[in-house]
Amino acid sequence: MNIFLQEFKMNFKSVVTWSLSIAVFIMFYMGVYPTFAADAELINEMMANFPPELLMAFGMDQTDLSTVLGFFSFIFVLCQVMLAIQAANYGFSILSVEERDLTADFLLAKPVRRSRILTSKLLAALTGLTITNAVVWISSFTAVNLFRGERTFETQPFILLLLSIAVFQLVFLALGMFISLLVKKVRNVTPYSMGLAFGMYVLSAFGDMLGDAKLELITPFKHFEPHFIVNNGNYDLPLAYLSVSFIVVAIVGSYVLYSKRNIASAV
Amino acid sequence: MSVIEVNNLTKYYGKARGIVDVSFNVEEGEIYGYIGPNGAGKSTTIRLFLSLIYPSDGEAKIFGKDCIQHGPEIRQDIGYLPSEVFYYDRMKVIDLLKYSASFYDKDCTARMHELAEIMELDLKRRIDDLSYGNKKKVGIVQGLLHQPKLIILDEPTAGLDPLMQQKFFNLIRDENEKGATVFFSSHILGEVQKMCRRVAIIREGSVVKIEDIKTLQKDNYKKIRIAGDGLDEEQFKLEGVTNLHRDNSAVNFFYKGDINKVTHLIGRREISDVTIEEPTLEEIFMHYYE
Repeated sequence: MNIFLQEFKMNFKSVVTWSLSIAVFIMFYMGVYPTFAADAELINEMMANFPPELLMAFGMDQTDLSTVLGFFSFIFVLCQVMLAIQAANYGFSILSVEERDLTADFLLAKPVRRSRILTSKLLAALTGLTITNAVVWISSFTAVNLFRGERTFETQPFILLLLSIAVFQLVFLALGMFISLLVKKVRNVTPYSMGLAFGMYVLSAFGDMLGDAKLELITPFKHFEPHFIVNNGNYDLPLAYLSVSFIVVAIVGSYVLYSKRNIASAV
Repeated sequence: MSVIEVNNLTKYYGKARGIVDVSFNVEEGEIYGYIGPNGAGKSTTIRLFLSLIYPSDGEAKIFGKDCIQHGPEIRQDIGYLPSEVFYYDRMKVIDLLKYSASFYDKDCTARMHELAEIMELDLKRRIDDLSYGNKKKVGIVQGLLHQPKLIILDEPTAGLDPLMQQKFFNLIRDENEKGATVFFSSHILGEVQKMCRRVAIIREGSVVKIEDIKTLQKDNYKKIRIAGDGLDEEQFKLEGVTNLHRDNSAVNFFYKGDINKVTHLIGRREISDVTIEEPTLEEIFMHYYE
């Protein structure tokens, strides 16, 4: 419990910053929706003039931006990018920061098992991500209801979108942690987390464009593609399971690697 | 009873040498010196004790239990002061110490305040505002607040002023008198000489000598200097003579063995001066490193 609290306290500021940023982002972009929807005809005409590859890259080829959910799912993709960066950040730093700041010497010299350290840290990061998740739920509901005007939307796909966040965050958290244990030393977390989050996003976006189905399979952005969920009212289940299996492998792998890891020293 | 038992402990980092085939025992209640230059493998040994790293071969036992299998249990009674201290920066000293205390089964509050007072540590300061020396003090209090049975010190005095060093050594001696075993790693011979009864000398990853400080100093070597005209160092090439060299008109060497052989040798010559003294630990040490 002591490690959990300590970790949570150290993470708290970052959780608040991320949560607020994403909330503001959702409120701001949903705020554009009323004007957007009013000129829907015009917008759709304009969109038709864009090269189809570009529309595909942003997942807009199958999205009707004039509907509440269509518009929201477009925003949601960018939300996913931010959530991915945040979760990957926590994943990459969760163990590596201790080694970089040499606090691992402090913590691991205490009478605790490494597995307990990892579990406590993982739960603390998860709690932080869950707070962000909750804030996204609240701001999405508020924003959609505030700005939809007279337009209605189906609740089920909307809920499904929001429900996907938890798994989505966990994939990036677990992958980040796993990769941080595969490398010798993570000097700076940002390039890693940006690389993982954007890399996966680009893979999904350009996979659409290039029509190469195989590479897309590894990216969680594809596993929980908003326009698929909105258009089908369901998850693309085989792909969603792929994300879940990533989580299991990465977490089990992390426990194994961490229990065997030689902690780097000051020199 | 041996508090620390090291048997053929070996650690390679990939191909780089950490330590090779190190064996020694530390008995209960002693202050044991572990001395060697930077990079000799002192910290590697200590990090193996704490299972921060895992051995390539051999084993280390503390309190009779294997360091890896019983790690958490053993560490309940170990106090460790790392050579480089860095703690979670945004914390206050008191929070760090409380966090540290929360890992142990007993209540450490009283001892924590006592130690902070001895070391003149301001508990309300933030750790990132502290000087290196003050951080070191946090390290000392953090390492001792649970009254460990085994205290492991890795070059503990760097950054402390002489007055604080004195206080720190007194603190360690007190703990030792109360029954704590101390494993003291350092490259500063003076402090080891002051504190320790026995010492292991480590060089390039291997322990080259384990000895009583007193034996090391007294029984083994004499440092002899003979001055006189027309002396030739070739005349002193006895068995047991090492480090033979000549400066100006004097011949210098270390001698280990029957002292009469040397005095006879000297007696047969016309000399102007002779000194026979115990070498300092520094000199012995340099000797091992040549």
